[in-house]
Amino acid sequence: MSDKQTDAKKSTGEAAKTEPDAPKDGAGTSKGGAGGTPLHGLIAEYETPGALLSASKKVRDAGFKNWDTYTPFPVHGIDGAMGIKPTVLPWIVLGAGLTGLATGILLQWWTNTYDYPYLTSGKPMWSLPAHVPVMFELMVLFSAITALVAMLALNGLPEYSHPLDLKKYFARATDDRFFLVIQASDPRFAEDETWKLLEGTHPTAVDRLEEDRVTPANMPRPLVFGLVLVVLGALVPFALIARARVSTSEKPRIHIIPDMDFQEKFKSQRMNPVFEDKRAMRPELEGTVAVGALEDDDHLYRGKLGDEWAREFPAQIPISDSTMKRGQQEFGVFCAPCHGQVGHGDGMVNERAVELAQGTWVPASDVTQEYLRKQPVGELFNTITHGIRNMPPYGPQISPEDRWAIVLYVRALQRSRGATIQDVPEADRGSLK
Amino acid sequence: MTVATDLNPYQGRPSGDTAFARITNNVARIAEVPTPPKAWYIAFGIALILLAVFFGSIGWVFWTGIGAWGTQIPVAWAMPIVNFVFWVGIGHAGTLISAILYLFRQHWRTSINRFAEAMTIFAVMCAAIFPGIHIGRPWLPYWMFPIPNQMEVWPQFRSPLEWDVFAVGTYATVSILFWYMGMIPDLATFRDRSTSKIRRIAYGLFAMGWRGSSRQWHRYERAYLLLAALATPLVLSVHSVVSFDMATSQIPGWHTTIFPPYFVAGAVFGGFGMVVTLAVPARQFFGLKHIITLDHIEVMNKIILATGMLVGYSYAMEFFIAWYSASPWEIFTFYNRAFGPVWWIAWTTYICNVVFPQIFWWKKLRRNVWATFVVGVFVNVGMWFERFMIIPSSLTRDFLPSSWGYFLPNKIDYLTLGGSFGLFFTLFLLFCRYLPMVAMAEVKGIQPSAHAHPEEH
Repeated sequence: MSDKQTDAKKSTGEAAKTEPDAPKDGAGTSKGGAGGTPLHGLIAEYETPGALLSASKKVRDAGFKNWDTYTPFPVHGIDGAMGIKPTVLPWIVLGAGLTGLATGILLQWWTNTYDYPYLTSGKPMWSLPAHVPVMFELMVLFSAITALVAMLALNGLPEYSHPLDLKKYFARATDDRFFLVIQASDPRFAEDETWKLLEGTHPTAVDRLEEDRVTPANMPRPLVFGLVLVVLGALVPFALIARARVSTSEKPRIHIIPDMDFQEKFKSQRMNPVFEDKRAMRPELEGTVAVGALEDDDHLYRGKLGDEWAREFPAQIPISDSTMKRGQQEFGVFCAPCHGQVGHGDGMVNERAVELAQGTWVPASDVTQEYLRKQPVGELFNTITHGIRNMPPYGPQISPEDRWAIVLYVRALQRSRGATIQDVPEADRGSLK
Repeated sequence: MTVATDLNPYQGRPSGDTAFARITNNVARIAEVPTPPKAWYIAFGIALILLAVFFGSIGWVFWTGIGAWGTQIPVAWAMPIVNFVFWVGIGHAGTLISAILYLFRQHWRTSINRFAEAMTIFAVMCAAIFPGIHIGRPWLPYWMFPIPNQMEVWPQFRSPLEWDVFAVGTYATVSILFWYMGMIPDLATFRDRSTSKIRRIAYGLFAMGWRGSSRQWHRYERAYLLLAALATPLVLSVHSVVSFDMATSQIPGWHTTIFPPYFVAGAVFGGFGMVVTLAVPARQFFGLKHIITLDHIEVMNKIILATGMLVGYSYAMEFFIAWYSASPWEIFTFYNRAFGPVWWIAWTTYICNVVFPQIFWWKKLRRNVWATFVVGVFVNVGMWFERFMIIPSSLTRDFLPSSWGYFLPNKIDYLTLGGSFGLFFTLFLLFCRYLPMVAMAEVKGIQPSAHAHPEEH
């Protein structure tokens, strides 16, 4: 290959110049066909961009349409000299840019506002400024890809074979030489006259350019076959995904990356073969008491004195304003929803349940009614701890001290119901009149 | 990098009887010598070792978890993010040279633009790896992209981190398109000069049958202009968006409106530092002194001086605003930055980025390759420290003293950083070996002989 190249370089101009009458196979064209090969056009070679420019003007003025020049770099002024009209490329790119912008708006609006609305700190669901960066980037991305692809498409690239490739000297078109080709397909083309026209432009050489009958017209079959296989193969994963999305399976999901989804440990309520009873959760050993869970004071923790309900508050609970306030607060939190703010059994939950009248509701008791007034404090404490009828146990939620405080507050509510003026301290009686 | 001429096939005057042919030969011989000099193999070997270190350290991190790095709360954005910002910044000089200077008709850019664009792409590749590995679950980055998934959720487009995905992704794509499109005519030159079938097919495939038709050049130039016009706002947006990652948060030292211009100036500054660091040895070694001349070095040094002062202004302004804001958190953060436990990071930054480039006020030093190379290296060091100063050290001490921490990278951190240079230099050396290092067609287009007026006979 190397000798061919040097051949082309040395012989280019001179060979063609010396044999203008035997142009069929001039200038080192070794591959060119015999005389029967149809003519593609005529080619002229120039040493300087200036020479090419003046030649181009002549060819343009002669009225040719199907012709072109080939240069190693964009020659300044060639567009005018050849009469090339401005390309539509910028308009295509503008269209692509607007498409990118619209895509940016729609993508962000549809995903973040419509399909999966993101509520962020009470901001509006759709606000332009935060979405500008992605719009801008997509606009640029679409435009840039289109600029390249449309440039190639308008230029008819890729074009992997061309009659010019058969001329070895033409390799210098990408190095330091300038060429002009007039195609035989031009209506004004007449071989002899066009040849004379080109000779009149002071080229270093003029040559006949035959059609390419050497390069196979089609791609090699194995290559085509291979490409088709690759393309089809590439579709397989997508086909599998598409199928998986519309079908169901009883098998567990494929877990390519296990993350921490599967851990070698025994979870609660599961089996563990290590132990005789096969339970993963181990029961406490008999007689075990957790720290702070001894609760060995029957009065404080269960409201009992011997077998009787305690009638007095335990010594640990001070009968004071602060206990009363605490009881009021806890009553408001836990009891008032059903029993009402003053314990008459008219809390919102109760009212609603009665309104629905579904027949399964046991109304919340009025905590101030007679039989409850007479109950010992220990029994009230026990009711709060363990619940009664459909009232759930509150022992696990409220500490014993707070349960006693609630009992104290309930006692206050009971006393205030049906209280007389005598129950009010003398100093405050005036304010009630 | 001083290799004796007889050992280096790249030296000596390029052959050719025209200015155009000499340019072709000068550039093409770099890729055409059958075996490059030993120095290339040594450099490539070192780069490959570093590359192995890179993938090794990342593999280790994936195997053990990101705890293998020094990353530790409160510094969740540690070395990977520092390296990400560092590398993505490097890329900016390439786009600036290829796009912005093109729009401004700065013809000197043609000698260095290919080179700088390649640097951009390799730097962005290094950068793109870091956010992906920083999350520690390399199988989940698809969460960043708006693709339908089994969770039926979409990315949050109001997040600057999501903007980053689009900005850096677009930037990488457009840079590659720009680089590739600029290379098509030069690949055609390589194809036409190739002496083996493999080279002819490889270059020919990517040259897409370019033959230099003027009708094609017309559309090509228009497309190139459009890409330059698109890349210009893009490059400004990329580092602005990167700075939003920090600026839209509320951490003192991050929550600053000056960040976008400050980051862009720093990126251009750091990128030019990298360009001269690479260009000075490369023009020497690959015999490109007639194409990348001292004039080019001087212009780049002027840009380094100018952007260095922009960066210096930003540093000063940050301190001023910290004081002027009267916010105790801001004031403390900047006091801590300059006089806290890692004071040396800030002062390394300030000295490398602001003090060293000042030597370029002297023309003699601007045209001195050694001074250029040394300052270029210092600028790179300084810009890396700048990112380290901004990102982890702002996180170590924020509002709550109870959650203060301290961060210094550990061994694996350093191996990952060092290794990323392996990726960069491996790609860069391969580029020098196999692709046109200089935009031949563009350099030919600005030769005096290219501008001859039509000859009238």
